[in-house]
Amino acid sequence: MTSLKHHPLDQLLAFYRLMVTIREFELRAAGERKAGLVPGFLHACVGQEATAVGACAALNAEDVITSTHRGHGHLIAKGGDPRFMMAELAGKTSGYCGGKGGSLHLADFDLGVLGANGIVAGGIPMAVGAGLAFQMRREPRVALAFFGDGAVNEGAFHEAANLAGLWKLPVIFFCENNLYGEGTPQHKQAPIRDLSLRAAGYGFPGVIVDGNDVVAVYEITLDAVERARKGDGPTFIEAKTYRQRGHYEGDPMIYRTEEEMAYWRARDPILGFRKRLEEEMEVEPAALDAVDAEVKALLDEAVQFAIHSPAPRPEAALEGVYADDHGGRVF
Amino acid sequence: MKREITFAQAINEAMAEEMRRDPSVFLMGEDVGVFGGVFGVSEGLLAEFGEERVRDTPISEAAIVGAGLGAALVGMRPIVEIMFADFVTVAMDQVVNQVAKARYMSGGKARVPLTIRIANGAPGAAAAQHSQSPEAWFMNVPGLKIAIPSTPADAKGLLKTAIRGDDPVLFFEHKMLYSRAGSAPEGEYLIPFGRAAVRREGEDATIIAIGGPVNAALSAAEQLARQSVSVEVIDPRTLVPLDLDALIASVRKTGRAVIVHEAHRRAGPGAEIAALLAEKAIDYLEAPILRVAAANVPIPYNPDLERFVLPTAEDIVEAVMKLIRYEI
Repeated sequence: MTSLKHHPLDQLLAFYRLMVTIREFELRAAGERKAGLVPGFLHACVGQEATAVGACAALNAEDVITSTHRGHGHLIAKGGDPRFMMAELAGKTSGYCGGKGGSLHLADFDLGVLGANGIVAGGIPMAVGAGLAFQMRREPRVALAFFGDGAVNEGAFHEAANLAGLWKLPVIFFCENNLYGEGTPQHKQAPIRDLSLRAAGYGFPGVIVDGNDVVAVYEITLDAVERARKGDGPTFIEAKTYRQRGHYEGDPMIYRTEEEMAYWRARDPILGFRKRLEEEMEVEPAALDAVDAEVKALLDEAVQFAIHSPAPRPEAALEGVYADDHGGRVF
Repeated sequence: MKREITFAQAINEAMAEEMRRDPSVFLMGEDVGVFGGVFGVSEGLLAEFGEERVRDTPISEAAIVGAGLGAALVGMRPIVEIMFADFVTVAMDQVVNQVAKARYMSGGKARVPLTIRIANGAPGAAAAQHSQSPEAWFMNVPGLKIAIPSTPADAKGLLKTAIRGDDPVLFFEHKMLYSRAGSAPEGEYLIPFGRAAVRREGEDATIIAIGGPVNAALSAAEQLARQSVSVEVIDPRTLVPLDLDALIASVRKTGRAVIVHEAHRRAGPGAEIAALLAEKAIDYLEAPILRVAAANVPIPYNPDLERFVLPTAEDIVEAVMKLIRYEI
């Protein structure tokens, strides 16, 4: 386990705040889905907060990420505003995508978030293309592709990793191995347990990290980012973690045992980190409780913002397809 | 000033001019560099622009298209080449779910200046996986624009428009056109999308011809003229956007319409155009709308079988004459 003492307390507290924000966002979004504010699919990343926060903390503002169907944490970790996120989940005009995308397509190009994705592995080639542009323009930027353990069995992952390895692109392949691809365990989807082994075939390093240890994730991603910025090419990071909720909100989860879930809840990334902050960094529990309370207030505000934002006009459905619609002749 | 260039040269010139003009334009695809493109379309570009901007890729269509999209999203203007239209299926998720929808899903914020050049059509005895004309598949995918030129002059002007635009464009190049020469203006010009070209004026029937078969349509018109049947040939040049006004104006004049393309007949581009004419121009029609297209079978290898399946000038003549003789 990595030592917290190497890191400024401010940064550690920022990690804590972001992880709690992601957790609270997911729980509130799930609640608002049941309450009817959120009409569509939700794929919560509860249990995986440390991967999003640790990885994005290693990036600069001008670096970009591609995200997944389980992408709320990535966007929050890259600076996303929970108000615009919740509004998007509610399908409102004030949402990140004006209500056109929903949870699965959250994007903010100003923050370098090229998009969540409804297609498993769909965003990985995109990250490779962004890395290609950075390399061609001699910009010291990197692209980080988040994806799950299911994605490494898709052709798009293979093609993208091969291209990035071949051209030594500044790309980080960040695999959140949460042990399940939808309702089927990882070991029934690939003949290997350590997915980072795949990297060898693409000519770049594959490393494994405890995905529930935010500081370990941060440190290992920093190494990969440094390598990419130096021009040494991609790294495959496999963060071992666990999806505490279902594949989607409403998933009956008949495919796993209560014992397994309890095992992982005992290794919860937020509770574990909180305990370490208290023990190793001597942070007062009250200070962390205060962070929790501030985050709850922030999410209260986000939900209220979503509720009180206007719904789009129906005709807005016809807008935003093309940059130039040739006077409507594209339709 | 006009001069003669081939369709392949026209595309080459368009890419070279745009790459000289804008450093964010680059080309990548299979064998586009050292080889100069499997049909010779990118010959000389590597020498002028270097390996960084003329990039040979692995045989990896999903990565080619997806990387093009990613580069476009962060400010480049990539041109990516799909060597044979049949291979675009490997990149189908990237084209249909990612490229086409990036802008809309983000609430209109994404800018996707990506040109996907695709060699389509039957080059002769290439069989079922190297001969297809899949443009209609993509007409059913909102978010894409589709250009399908038939002359060197149009290929150049439309491709430059595609590269400069901020929307993703599928640019279909019929393989049998590459070596055909035609007159093209000297120097800089653009051709706007959504403007059909009248290739030949006529009074008795309209042939709406798409891509490669425009030449067969013109030859059919010539044969019909000898039988005193005056035919108008219209080339839409882009399928999305479609210059429906021009098609309606022609049908209004002639009262008869035949649609010609090398895509299969069932749900090909002609199905959409026929439906639009039925909706908007039925009062002008004196006869049914006919389609002359590839039969609904995979393209066969044997040249005699291939000829039997593909639309020919004779098929077009026959279709027009059927309309001329039609009585309500």
